[in-house]
Amino acid sequence: MAQPLAFILDVPETPGNQGQEPSPYDESEVHDSFHQLIQEQSQRAAQEGLELQPREPGASGSDHQTLRQPEGVPAHSTATLRILASMPSRTIGRSRGAIISQYYNRTVQLRRRGSRPLLGDMVRSARPSLRLYDLELDPMARGEEEKQSLLVKELQGLSVAQRDHMLRGMPLSLAEKRCLREKSRTPRGRRRGQQGHGGGFSCCSRLRYACILALHSLGVALLSRLHALMPWRYALKRIGGQFGSSVLSYFLFLKTLLVFNALLLLPLLAFIVGAQAAFPAAPSATASACTGLELLTGTVRSCRPLTGDQCTPRVGGLPYNMPLAYLFTMGVAFFITCIALVYSMAHSFGESYRVGSASGVHAITVFCSWDYKVTQKRASRLQHDSVRTRLKELLAEWRLRQEPRSVCGKMRQAAVLGIVWLLCLGTVLGCAVAVHAFSELMLQSPVVAGREVALLALPLVVSLLNLGAPYLCRGLAALEQHDSPVLEVYVAVCRNLFLKMVVLGTLCYHWLGRRVGALQGQCWEDFVGQELYRFMVMDFVFALLDTLFGELVWRAISEKKLKRRRKPEFDIARNVLELIYGQTLTWLGVLFSPLLPAVQIIKLLLLFYVKKTSLLANCQAPRRPWLASHMSTVFLTLLCFPSFLGAAIFFCYAVWQVKPSSICGPFRTLDTMYQAGTVWVRLLERAGPRVSWLPWVHRNLVENTFFIFLVSALLLAVIYLNIQVVRGQRKVICLLKEQISNEGEDKIFLINKLHSVYERKERKEKARSRAGGTEEAATPPALLTEGRDARWDGNGPRRLTLQPELLA
Amino acid sequence: MGGSGSRLSKELLAEYQDLTFLTKQEILLAHRRFCELLPQEQRSMEESLRAQVSFEQILSLPELKANPFKERICRVFSTAPTRDSLSFEDFLDLLSVFSDTATPDIKSHYAFRIFDFDDDGTLNREDLSRLVNCLTGEGEDTRLSAAEMKQLIDNVSVAGLGLAGPGSGREGWTCGLKPSHSQILEESDIDRDGTINLSEFQHVISRSPDFAS
Repeated sequence: MAQPLAFILDVPETPGNQGQEPSPYDESEVHDSFHQLIQEQSQRAAQEGLELQPREPGASGSDHQTLRQPEGVPAHSTATLRILASMPSRTIGRSRGAIISQYYNRTVQLRRRGSRPLLGDMVRSARPSLRLYDLELDPMARGEEEKQSLLVKELQGLSVAQRDHMLRGMPLSLAEKRCLREKSRTPRGRRRGQQGHGGGFSCCSRLRYACILALHSLGVALLSRLHALMPWRYALKRIGGQFGSSVLSYFLFLKTLLVFNALLLLPLLAFIVGAQAAFPAAPSATASACTGLELLTGTVRSCRPLTGDQCTPRVGGLPYNMPLAYLFTMGVAFFITCIALVYSMAHSFGESYRVGSASGVHAITVFCSWDYKVTQKRASRLQHDSVRTRLKELLAEWRLRQEPRSVCGKMRQAAVLGIVWLLCLGTVLGCAVAVHAFSELMLQSPVVAGREVALLALPLVVSLLNLGAPYLCRGLAALEQHDSPVLEVYVAVCRNLFLKMVVLGTLCYHWLGRRVGALQGQCWEDFVGQELYRFMVMDFVFALLDTLFGELVWRAISEKKLKRRRKPEFDIARNVLELIYGQTLTWLGVLFSPLLPAVQIIKLLLLFYVKKTSLLANCQAPRRPWLASHMSTVFLTLLCFPSFLGAAIFFCYAVWQVKPSSICGPFRTLDTMYQAGTVWVRLLERAGPRVSWLPWVHRNLVENTFFIFLVSALLLAVIYLNIQVVRGQRKVICLLKEQISNEGEDKIFLINKLHSVYERKERKEKARSRAGGTEEAATPPALLTEGRDARWDGNGPRRLTLQPELLA
Repeated sequence: MGGSGSRLSKELLAEYQDLTFLTKQEILLAHRRFCELLPQEQRSMEESLRAQVSFEQILSLPELKANPFKERICRVFSTAPTRDSLSFEDFLDLLSVFSDTATPDIKSHYAFRIFDFDDDGTLNREDLSRLVNCLTGEGEDTRLSAAEMKQLIDNVSVAGLGLAGPGSGREGWTCGLKPSHSQILEESDIDRDGTINLSEFQHVISRSPDFAS
């Protein structure tokens, strides 16, 4: 059974590249002629005898010569191999004809957008087994030209932009695309030229066409300029090329934060700072001398926008209701930031999450893990290493899952995990207690004017704790042995974040709870704003020091003293968490000092350049494999949920519950900041019927909780619907996969049948040629009946003697 | 820009811009880099569009030098009859497919062709093992062992028609949906014929959002 056949039965000479495709309109005829075909073949075999033109195995193109058979596999006949090679499922990717007919269908669908395309037109989705009526003697050129002309006709029906878009997306070579474009363009030009009569009409359409063309080229030019104008494009490309997309994701996150801060700053600049600057009121109190230290400690007195100390300017006679403007602007800025955050998080989530992506991780790693951005040899070698490590880890994981650990081992692992988690939580709580104690200490010993440097003590302590505790936790984490290293990264990020949030929570309580009480007679908003400014500055200083010592000095030490060639790794997770922490501080403080986002923008700009320089000079890419888009989603989610949500809660509490200070600030006459709004609404009620809808809105929609309940209920309903839809889609995917495997079974069955038919014929021929000139034995009828029996009986899966997997 | 002969005409530039995913600056830059690879006498505009650059020269470009798939990339994009050289338009095609704005559809299409080492239209076991070897590095000590390779690519019988591969220990029909046995063919070969064709490849790729970069 293992003899290679040199046998042909009217199978055309197809070079491996070009597969023969029946025209999409012939779908209905194909089905019928399929079994007719087999009948014809067997009859022909019986009647005519067998043509034994030995064809070289290389006839079907040089491609088959490279087909290496795995050991122990019987080589299929050349004819079978040739048929296999021209199967549509194999030629989809390669043959021009297949591509053209696929895109023909897509253009047809594009034109008939509303209606469902006929089943006969769906070339790509038709079962390859049905389309394999390949044994015609059509010259290939005609088939392809037909298809090309069909495609050209369809392309002419599209608009110019759509046509270009379609052509751009086709996987053909540039020369072929140009040819298609030429063909689909000329008749229109001719048609336009033929519209010579009716001068006004053609003038109009020509003008319109010229306008459209001009607009189009303008749009394209603008887009390309915009693309070139994007800041730091070259720097980012360089970073991506040298370090891969994982490190690039950190810098992209930095850019995103810049955008958010700019969004936050604009309304504040316009309505608060602008009004303040344009119509400054008389400065109050004494303006102390400005020293350089003030930049660091933020203790600026007098009526400046940096502090919360706002006076009420007069805008040309009308009082500009500063408290209301302040409140509204803050609220609107926060709202816009919230919307932008949620939108970008949802967008990123939609791009990075796929239904069913949990399985199939081996294939995805092999196919998708090479980062084509990398251009340096050293980085490329690192990538090799990381891919290999990941593959080995996956295999080890799989093997571990096959042989699960003993109960004893599992309990031991659980115990170790529990202990490490307890220790880490203990560390975090210890830090929180330390911060609380220190802040109480600061409270007890008030700072005299002139010794403001002592104010920096609390930020210093907090930053030190933020630096030291993660290292401690990482040391403890070395005790636990996770099965997958990705989980380790997640756990480390989680713990770090938890630490920062707990510390910030303690500080918030300290400010809004204790400080307000302590500074009853003074300007506590001022103080809190300055505190946050100090925290931001200290955070920036520590980031600089960390870059300096962690990267530059470490590299110098490791190269000179320890003589290691390995540079320090760029720790992406830790750096991103630093960014999130800084942004949280900004959001916490913006209520009390509106210019804080500007400070944050400056800080981020400086940080970009510092980090970039340090990275290019001192660091190497991380060795761990890093799913860039997945981690970007995680970072955005972390920015949204603990960080922004916490800041929003702080903001709401400060606005609704805390009594503003009575000697400074625009809210000095009110009980809570929110009262500014209610006072204004009462004013409007008294103003008259023209604006009565606003108080009505306020009374029924904002103060009435029923509306909020309704909206939440609707939202929950929509979420539930979406979950059910996804569940249904998953089921459908499962069913479709089963159906495809059944079709595959069909295919294997038929291929084996084909092979056995050819083999029997070859054996018969061999017997005939061995017997010399003697006539054929009475095998043909037997062959015919046998063949027919074999073909037409039974629908169940037969026991086949060939291994179907070895057909490749 | 260099000499007068090496500028592309406006219509040609516009056409290239419409048909590829590259911007005007990128096309001009590509033209300049391409001309640098040509000998002096072929650097005029007309000549540069017709000239063919051999693979060795293209592979000397720094962007391709570190890529383990560089030969396959050149071979896939070459439209010369002998498939051993690239013209300028092939070069543009190459850059266009690898640019950031190319659709995932076209990227996956060409990725499939790049990974198909024997050009037979499907990824069989041989292709997959060569692919994994390319990914893990060329040195002897960096490759996966034969056992690991086998396990990675295929360990158990793929088709459940009552046949068993050597030493698999599994029988019967698997509907292929158990995520616990996850090797490449098991995961991606939906119709169970032992190879991965273009549709199956695109289906696997569509599940990974990292591919587009």
